[in-house]
Amino acid sequence: MDRKVYADNAATTAVSPQVLEAMLPFYKEVYGNPSSLYSLGQAAKAPLEEARATVAKALGANPNEIYFTSCGSESDNWAIKGVARAQRKKGKNHIITTAFEHHAVLHTCQALEKEGFEVTYLPVHRNGIVRPEEVEAAITDKTALVTIMYANNEIGSIQPIPEIGAICKAHGVVFHTDAVQAVGAVEIDVKAQNIDLLSLSGHKIHAPKGVGALYIRSGVAVQNFLDGGAQERNRRGGTENVAGIVGLAKAMEIACSTIAQRREKLIPMRDRLIAGLSKIEKSHLNGDPTQRLPGNVSFCFEGVEGESMLLMLDLKGISASSGSACTSGSLDPSHVLLAIGLPHEVAHGSVRLSLGDYNTEEDVDYILETLPPIIERLRSMSPLWEGIASGKITYDI
Amino acid sequence: MAYSAKVMEHFAHPRNVGEMTDYSGVGEVGNPKCGDIMRMYIKVENNIITDVSFMTFGCGAAIATSSMATELIKGKSIDDALKLTNKAVMEALDGLPAVKIHCSVLAEQAIKAAVSDYYRRQGIDPVPIVGELEDCEACELDLQ
Repeated sequence: MDRKVYADNAATTAVSPQVLEAMLPFYKEVYGNPSSLYSLGQAAKAPLEEARATVAKALGANPNEIYFTSCGSESDNWAIKGVARAQRKKGKNHIITTAFEHHAVLHTCQALEKEGFEVTYLPVHRNGIVRPEEVEAAITDKTALVTIMYANNEIGSIQPIPEIGAICKAHGVVFHTDAVQAVGAVEIDVKAQNIDLLSLSGHKIHAPKGVGALYIRSGVAVQNFLDGGAQERNRRGGTENVAGIVGLAKAMEIACSTIAQRREKLIPMRDRLIAGLSKIEKSHLNGDPTQRLPGNVSFCFEGVEGESMLLMLDLKGISASSGSACTSGSLDPSHVLLAIGLPHEVAHGSVRLSLGDYNTEEDVDYILETLPPIIERLRSMSPLWEGIASGKITYDI
Repeated sequence: MAYSAKVMEHFAHPRNVGEMTDYSGVGEVGNPKCGDIMRMYIKVENNIITDVSFMTFGCGAAIATSSMATELIKGKSIDDALKLTNKAVMEALDGLPAVKIHCSVLAEQAIKAAVSDYYRRQGIDPVPIVGELEDCEACELDLQ
């Protein structure tokens, strides 16, 4: 078995040749510290600021509103803790989020609950989309922050961010979105969409791991998260990861200027995969069929368990994930799948295939050839399958 | 979390998998909510387990421990089968990741459940011999 299909682009992506090429000089030649006065330092400073301008442009922001971080999780932590703690001084202690956020948001909100904040976890319904009117109804005069992801990492559902942004603006509430999965996949304009803070990560769009950014609209009060030197205009200490930042900017420039053509390639592949897997008996597509990330395919198959599916796919050269990779190690099924109302028994049988720029139609063919027999094999070993197939075991979905 | 080569070998090529119709005892343990169910069939002649098979819904470790457990008790006396511990199953598989230890417990329990069923069918109360089998005992272990 020689064929290899990487279908876990929502977990991470390969660094693209253009990105790597842009980065390399900053490891070997222009290695100066951008805070240093001498020319080697200043030689690194200018590209850093160019990168900031590039990232800002891709989001419709101003360069002085972009702060580089180490990853999406840091951006989420900074945004949420930073806004919450600043707002607490004004007597506000309430946060609104959803039940199916990434753990970087969910666990940050839970940490703030221990500090005395109240958190509302909004439902996301069967299609995995939060309802703007429910966001509005949850806002009180104590609400410090609304934080809702742009697109879900497991089931790919895209949230009505512009509508939520408008509601938050009307109520004078700060609005943060984790856009780690959405950048480069959907058109983002922080001003037009009324986004006050936005988290993004490099390694989902062919930049390296270890670099991210946070957009903070100018004028929004945010406490520092990483205290240190004067880097990032005194707001985020730590010597800048210049090569990574240059790589992130290059990746953003490419990804955000090619959204339409990449969607045109990915969506038909995604939909062919969805159509093929939908033919499998007792299968369920997770998330909304159309309000969906262009590369995301997420299914549950009754009577089989996700990890076994992944191991068998891996034996056939296919890299996929079952729910979020961060969830592995826990025995509970993904909180995302439970949040969209799937019973535990069905949520255990989930698989996520996330296609990216390097996937081909042949990859889709190969997955469609390989996955159905795996499910059949696992069902033939499953003590549940006979009951499911005969209708004796039914799930409320 | 990584599986040993032995676990992967048993996962990819499980022994004694499938349903059995002429069984002497059958036991099912686990809970679909926890993501693992093991059903084990045994055929007993003169106190010897002459045949054994399993059906498992679960992760790679659940399938591998089921497979290994059936291998370890096939051809053995019931007394020997009851002495099989989850630790022995784990050792035979060259170890399991910590979060998967409960699968080996499930395999041990599945054997006990099948033997209990066998005794019941013989009109013998299994409790003094096998002990009480708690529902989903294995699942409670490391779910905190």
